[in-house]
Amino acid sequence: MTTTSLTKSRGAGHTGDKVFSAAALAAGCLILVVLFGVALFLVIQAYPALVAPPDKIQGGEGFFTYIWPLVIGTLIASVIALVIATPIAIGVALFISHFAPRKLASGLGYVIDLLAAIPSVVYGAWGVAFLAKEISPAYNWLANNLGWLPIFQGPASATGKTILTAGIVLAVMVLPIITSLSREIFLQTPKLHEEAALALGATRWEMIRMTVLPFGRPGIISAVMLGLGRALGETMAVALVLSSGALTASLIQSGNQTIAAEIALNFPEASGLKVSTLIAAGLVLFVITLGVNMIARGIITRHKEFSGAN
Amino acid sequence: MSKRIDVKDLNVYYSKFLAVEDVNINIDAKSVTAFIGPSGCGKSTFLRTLNRMHEVIPGARVEGEVLLDGDNLYGPGVDPVTVRSQIGMVFQRPNPFPTMSIRDNVLAGVKLNNTKISKGEADVLVERSLQGANLWNEVKDRLGKPGSGLSGGQQQRLCIARAIAVEPQVILMDEPCSALDPISTLAIEDLINELKDQYTVVIVTHNMQQAARVSDKTAFFNIAGTGKPGKLIEFGDTPTIFSNPTEKATEDYVSGRFG
Repeated sequence: MTTTSLTKSRGAGHTGDKVFSAAALAAGCLILVVLFGVALFLVIQAYPALVAPPDKIQGGEGFFTYIWPLVIGTLIASVIALVIATPIAIGVALFISHFAPRKLASGLGYVIDLLAAIPSVVYGAWGVAFLAKEISPAYNWLANNLGWLPIFQGPASATGKTILTAGIVLAVMVLPIITSLSREIFLQTPKLHEEAALALGATRWEMIRMTVLPFGRPGIISAVMLGLGRALGETMAVALVLSSGALTASLIQSGNQTIAAEIALNFPEASGLKVSTLIAAGLVLFVITLGVNMIARGIITRHKEFSGAN
Repeated sequence: MSKRIDVKDLNVYYSKFLAVEDVNINIDAKSVTAFIGPSGCGKSTFLRTLNRMHEVIPGARVEGEVLLDGDNLYGPGVDPVTVRSQIGMVFQRPNPFPTMSIRDNVLAGVKLNNTKISKGEADVLVERSLQGANLWNEVKDRLGKPGSGLSGGQQQRLCIARAIAVEPQVILMDEPCSALDPISTLAIEDLINELKDQYTVVIVTHNMQQAARVSDKTAFFNIAGTGKPGKLIEFGDTPTIFSNPTEKATEDYVSGRFG
């Protein structure tokens, strides 16, 4: 092959290209390796608990009898948190992005972001020292008036340290995540579409319903899932706030427990098979989080055609 | 169902900056009026004041009157939402709602005013509006598909169908063809010719041939320099503006000597 002006190339540019592509590939692989490593560690360490004879596991009836109340407890606390936080977060995000005067909006956005920076143990302390006390009269009222509903069955906890209190604390904790992500998404709604709606004679709220919310839907789902991730894994706040116990349907009695809090409270004194049991619980939490994320992805891709991305 | 627009002594401001100065113009019902002029001369800004869409921009405000068959758009107690439902708008870039199907796009404005429209009525309206926008034959088999899947020209006609579905008095078009290829442009121009049988159409365009082809009357806007307000220089029958304008500036512009 002869050298022509076309076969020559700038050596340095090519080297930079190769280094960058190798670095990007390495970073991508590292994530997978770490994730796989964590999964492998969990499976290996949890294995003894999964195959142990039932009477050796805490509670004496095998691992699955031990874990499922914790799974339910975790889900209940997280669902309470999301049910409370999601509408508030979307409302606040819409207020910041489309209703508030610009000065107020930036100040408010800053305060919301600040909420995310507060350590969870502080939320836990607030929950147990303030919220639990203040909210117990409300639980009494619920028990007296809506006690026929299984979830509000009395007698209400006198201390207020219930799964509902824990859920409320979790809601406050996930609120800033969902709010700031939703706000960013809402701000990205194309002006073009907002104007299209307004030009048809839509009021501001109708414009938001026609353009901002549908456009932001995948983003809202992602934001809620991130919030759910934090709620599922939150340890300290639940450990402090919840007076744990057996699985109960009533949200205003003490009882119930989440996986993360169970691990945190028992790990320091655990040994042998008990350690394996707790790690197996961690594995279950890992699987739940993975499942939640996959479902969220599924929901988002199902509506891809109408997402506005095309 | 079309009304005339009379503008009296209209000034448009962005906060303190006077963007368009002292416009007086009378736009006839069931006619096509074109606004031409160099970039930045305020013709789009002025167009937006005809259905109060300029209010979307923070700080934008007007002084003066815009009368829709005698009713002042800026009178006390007039809701901009009502104004916009009577004076529709088509934008520079096609903007069908990406999260809605073609059918829902056409019905978007109608559902705002009348949420209880029956499926049969809706079907009739969708067909009539899409027929009116010369789009029916191209999309009748895929009304449930997203509007964003259409070509640019089809999307723009979908936006026109969406605008005429609410049966407005006036349709404003802000450079509706500037993002389209010549074939799609021709389709839109043909459509504008048909629309004027029923609607008052006001169109802003950079393309002087287009103004000459589609409009009955032409208004020429100009700006004395950067930072100066835009003004309406001359307004008259389109053939007169293009062949025998009164003002020197108009003649220079339409003959391509500047701008």
